[in-house]
Amino acid sequence: MNLPEPNLLIDKIFEKISSKIDQDTCIIGIPSGGSLIVDELKKKIQEPINYGLIDASFYRDDLEISGIKLKQKTTSINFDVDKKKIILIDDVFFTGRTIRAAINEIFDFGRPKEIQLYVLIDRKGNELPIQPNYSGIEIDIPKNIFISLDKEDGNLIFNTTKIDDKPKNK
Amino acid sequence: MTNQKINNTSKIEHLISTDDLNQESIIKIFDMAESFFKIGQRDIKKVPLLRGKTVCNLFFENSTRTRTTFEIAAKRLSADVINLDIPTSSQSKGESIFDMVDNLIAMGTDIFVIRHPEAGIPNQIAQHVPSHIHVINGGDGSNAHPTQGLLDAFTIRKYKKDFSDLRVAIVGDIQHSRVAKSEINVLSTLGVKEIRVIGPNSLMPENIDQLNVKVFHTMEEGLRDVDIVMMLRIQKERMSNDTIPSEYEYFKSFGLNRNRLKIAKDDALVLHPGPINRGVEIESEVADGKQSAILNQVKYGIAIKMAVMVMMVGKK
Repeated sequence: MNLPEPNLLIDKIFEKISSKIDQDTCIIGIPSGGSLIVDELKKKIQEPINYGLIDASFYRDDLEISGIKLKQKTTSINFDVDKKKIILIDDVFFTGRTIRAAINEIFDFGRPKEIQLYVLIDRKGNELPIQPNYSGIEIDIPKNIFISLDKEDGNLIFNTTKIDDKPKNK
Repeated sequence: MTNQKINNTSKIEHLISTDDLNQESIIKIFDMAESFFKIGQRDIKKVPLLRGKTVCNLFFENSTRTRTTFEIAAKRLSADVINLDIPTSSQSKGESIFDMVDNLIAMGTDIFVIRHPEAGIPNQIAQHVPSHIHVINGGDGSNAHPTQGLLDAFTIRKYKKDFSDLRVAIVGDIQHSRVAKSEINVLSTLGVKEIRVIGPNSLMPENIDQLNVKVFHTMEEGLRDVDIVMMLRIQKERMSNDTIPSEYEYFKSFGLNRNRLKIAKDDALVLHPGPINRGVEIESEVADGKQSAILNQVKYGIAIKMAVMVMMVGKK
């Protein structure tokens, strides 16, 4: 499957959000893919805004189906989210369940003014009334193909895995 | 002591003894606890992981800290909690412990935390319950107290870099202490350089030679160059009257005071599972001093208990 260069899609996200950034904006990535994107955005964004991570593992709806999965990077929001404009960043949007969990977790930190979702890839598989405000590309591929953004030898790449041999911690 | 990534989903059926845990599982529990510890620092100290689950604290022996921290851990995970304090004397009302457990399962209990003065009871209950019910040993007689052993080692990991460099001294009533047994077990599994036990002969278990520890009978010898001093409570309730001469005599020989702490390394850490007998096994100035991690042990203990409960319920 031919997927675009992740950095090209990140550039597109940057173009979209750069005009929106003001003192109330904060950018929150969902590990692991989303936090890799946030690392790149930090290099491009000049304004001194707050950055955070939200790993919604503790808010997911599938503990008894999939078990607890801990990521190396976990939730870190060291600023007040009240009345803030949050730009939530993830690599791939699929069912919307991760985003549902992430939004729930953010609301346990306070009451933001708004939350917008920016992703690199929208798989158009939403199972909930949730969809990204912006996606770099929309693709329609079989459900059993898993896509993730990874960093290998310092370069961002998309990895695809068939769900049967999907690594358990992904 | 790097924060290793958890590579696959972890599952604990029951936690009866730390013997069941290998190094990898202990590190997984610690890594998981690290995340749960952060929840305790938020304004809203609650996540919905165990919503709809019921945790029953079944305590046949007094406890403040263990019971309360299990309750807080369960509540921070959004579980419902039932606390039952049952003096063993009232158990003779015709209801066996298994009948009681069966009734509580019928009421919807998912996880039992069991403390009992008799060794082996939590294990018997674990054998008795159906496979979707989980049992945590909250301390059984002089046998084991696995979450205490885990939280003590987790506390050490928060302060020290590498277990393999550490000399640890456990001081006091080794014979009656389920805490000491679980601590020795966890620390051995984690590969600490040297575990010492310090105490009078009358408080050493008979099988001490088999525990892979160095035995000392004076604080002056035993505390030299140690990185961690783990004090134990004198367990009057498990002793016969002639086990130790008097509290005063005991403190004179084995109490931890400022001068004795100076024998250990300058940055030695002082731990105590609580409740503290001030002036019996530890001087107040040491218990409340800069090197003491006693109150942090309580905080880390909540995170360990959250991790264990989640690892039980996850993935059927």
